[in-house]
Amino acid sequence: MSILVDKNTRVLCQGITGRVGAFHTRGCLDYGTQVVAGVTPGKAGQEVEGVPVFDTVVEAVESTGCNASMIFVPPAFTADAILEAVDAGIDVVVAITEGVPVLDMVRVYQVVKASDSVLIGPNCPGLITPGQCKMGILPGYIHKPGSVGVISRSGTLTYEAVWQLSNVGLGQSTCVGLGGDPIVGTSFIDLLQMFQADDDTEAILMIGEIGGTAEEEAAKYIAQHVTKPVAAFIAGRTAPPGKRMGHAGAIISGGKGTAADKIAALQTAGIEVAESPADMGTAVQRAMGAAGSV
Amino acid sequence: MKIHEYQAKQILRDAGVAVPRSVVVETAEEAAAAFEELGGPLAVVKAQIHAGGRGKGTVKDHPDQRGVQLVRSGGEAATVAGNLLGRLLVTIQTGPAGKTVQKVLVEEGCQIARELYLGIVVDRARTRPVLMVSSEGGVEIEEVAAQTPEKIFYEPFDPQAGLDAYQARKLAARLRLPPGSLRSAVPFMQRLCRVFVDQDCSLAEINPLVVSPAGDLLALDAKMTFDDNALYRHADLAALRDLSEEEPAELQAADAGLSYVKLDGNIGCLVNGAGLAMSTMDIIKLHGGEPANFLDVGGGANVEQVTEAFRILLGDAHVKAVLVNIFGGIMRCTTIANALIEAARQVGFSVPLVVRLEGTEVEEGRQILADSDVAIVAAKDLTDAAQKVVAAAG
Repeated sequence: MSILVDKNTRVLCQGITGRVGAFHTRGCLDYGTQVVAGVTPGKAGQEVEGVPVFDTVVEAVESTGCNASMIFVPPAFTADAILEAVDAGIDVVVAITEGVPVLDMVRVYQVVKASDSVLIGPNCPGLITPGQCKMGILPGYIHKPGSVGVISRSGTLTYEAVWQLSNVGLGQSTCVGLGGDPIVGTSFIDLLQMFQADDDTEAILMIGEIGGTAEEEAAKYIAQHVTKPVAAFIAGRTAPPGKRMGHAGAIISGGKGTAADKIAALQTAGIEVAESPADMGTAVQRAMGAAGSV
Repeated sequence: MKIHEYQAKQILRDAGVAVPRSVVVETAEEAAAAFEELGGPLAVVKAQIHAGGRGKGTVKDHPDQRGVQLVRSGGEAATVAGNLLGRLLVTIQTGPAGKTVQKVLVEEGCQIARELYLGIVVDRARTRPVLMVSSEGGVEIEEVAAQTPEKIFYEPFDPQAGLDAYQARKLAARLRLPPGSLRSAVPFMQRLCRVFVDQDCSLAEINPLVVSPAGDLLALDAKMTFDDNALYRHADLAALRDLSEEEPAELQAADAGLSYVKLDGNIGCLVNGAGLAMSTMDIIKLHGGEPANFLDVGGGANVEQVTEAFRILLGDAHVKAVLVNIFGGIMRCTTIANALIEAARQVGFSVPLVVRLEGTEVEEGRQILADSDVAIVAAKDLTDAAQKVVAAAG
């Protein structure tokens, strides 16, 4: 098992005829992902990397049975692309696109929550179940199959964490990048719930950053509902208030969302918090050791 | 994107939200004329800068002059405007350097029965916009939230439907507005929420929101910021941007597609990815150093961007050493290694350069750097890199 995606997942790429969409379709195919369809309005009948292109998601679903979609369309069209995927009954929708207006996401979020679809992103690196299915832009080769579930708001910092895990001999069940925007489809809590229920996941690493209160809420949830060992790291303890650190969500505003608040909340919940970003892999080892699972 | 108070008030006026009459001017003479034009016994002269705390802020080298002042004649308006225009105003939000006042707003005086607070933001936890009000107007809302959170009232609203009338009435009741205020308060709140959505705001704040003796609401101050990601659909708003209010190096970076924030330390950082860039700052601090900046070159940086990034870093005279931390995922380490060498050649290095490379094609990338004539201190991992750069910066 794993969460969200596995070797049977049939992947669609929305925006497949674009430069970025085509490039990462190739990358996912090379990893072994079953990319079975692409969608670009007005480009039906073409093929990209041997993958057939359709005008609409519903036609792609009817012809190929695709059940997950990765979205590489420009920001102005991303909300529409997500809504189209949800309407067509796609189970897992992964929006890679960066720069989506936040009010677009307010509307999309309500629609997604009222549906059976799961949305990951936007502004995220995607997700991977090592050795089975990669959706998005993550570098596949650093991942190793294993039993640590990884949840992160970041991109390259997640690669750093995964690389550290693989180096200390800890493979991953599934790694998910939630996205760096203020409103994203899936929260830490949603994934904590899935990892807790997943038999193949023995421990969880969550990587948060300044801004918002998602990590504090996750800490409360872990204290009450998660029995598996959890380690965490929070990026941005040196970030000054009022300055946006790259991600649209990474800003300390109104005195809320500081790293110190988040670290305190996580530690109160009994979570092993890595002091240094160089210590994420070993923090998971410590958490597992403390729980007696190593 | 931030705009000035006078610009925000024009947007509100156009949307039918009650604001005082005012004239924006750039000279002392115009300020006197504006006072006469408004025709009242008194007016308020307000410095226009992108920072709060103007009322308590003072002009550098002229500590008696505050950023907001009541005046009773055209002559007095001219004097105050003359004291402010072209001078540096220092407030709690500007830092000690202050900001140059280029325009002042001359606004009619008004009668104030009560001062309230009203603000709209997109609330992440509620995943929708929220209208917040408080009876504690005029003070920082953060203080109210920290000291007396029970005095702030919230109404989330759907962006398409807007704020419903009952929600506005509920908030009016919470604020204990007199019944006669409803005819003014309900459209005020509804229109403000509509502006927030129509203009893709990230913040709209009226502090203070004034209640007149007759019970009418009036926006005495107005602060609006906009979602940068939505500016593509608001060409009119983009034109309101005041580049002179922004950090020049941050503008230069934005033009090159880089995300840069200047800080006060002496170790320059060049990193791919926002999360890793923040973590790099953190680990520098953890090992006793002070980062000079946040700089994210993004996922697909090219030679031009890396070169520009080095120009920006080395343009900061405080920088005593530079740390490059790249985790090549989609970006290959060979690409970044070649870009580093090219950038070093073009920009010329006056300070030590510590490089930590990991990820796709890392061995080849390290070899390219080792074979080059650029003086580079290679680091094997994050901790090693942080220790080396802190040592190099002294």
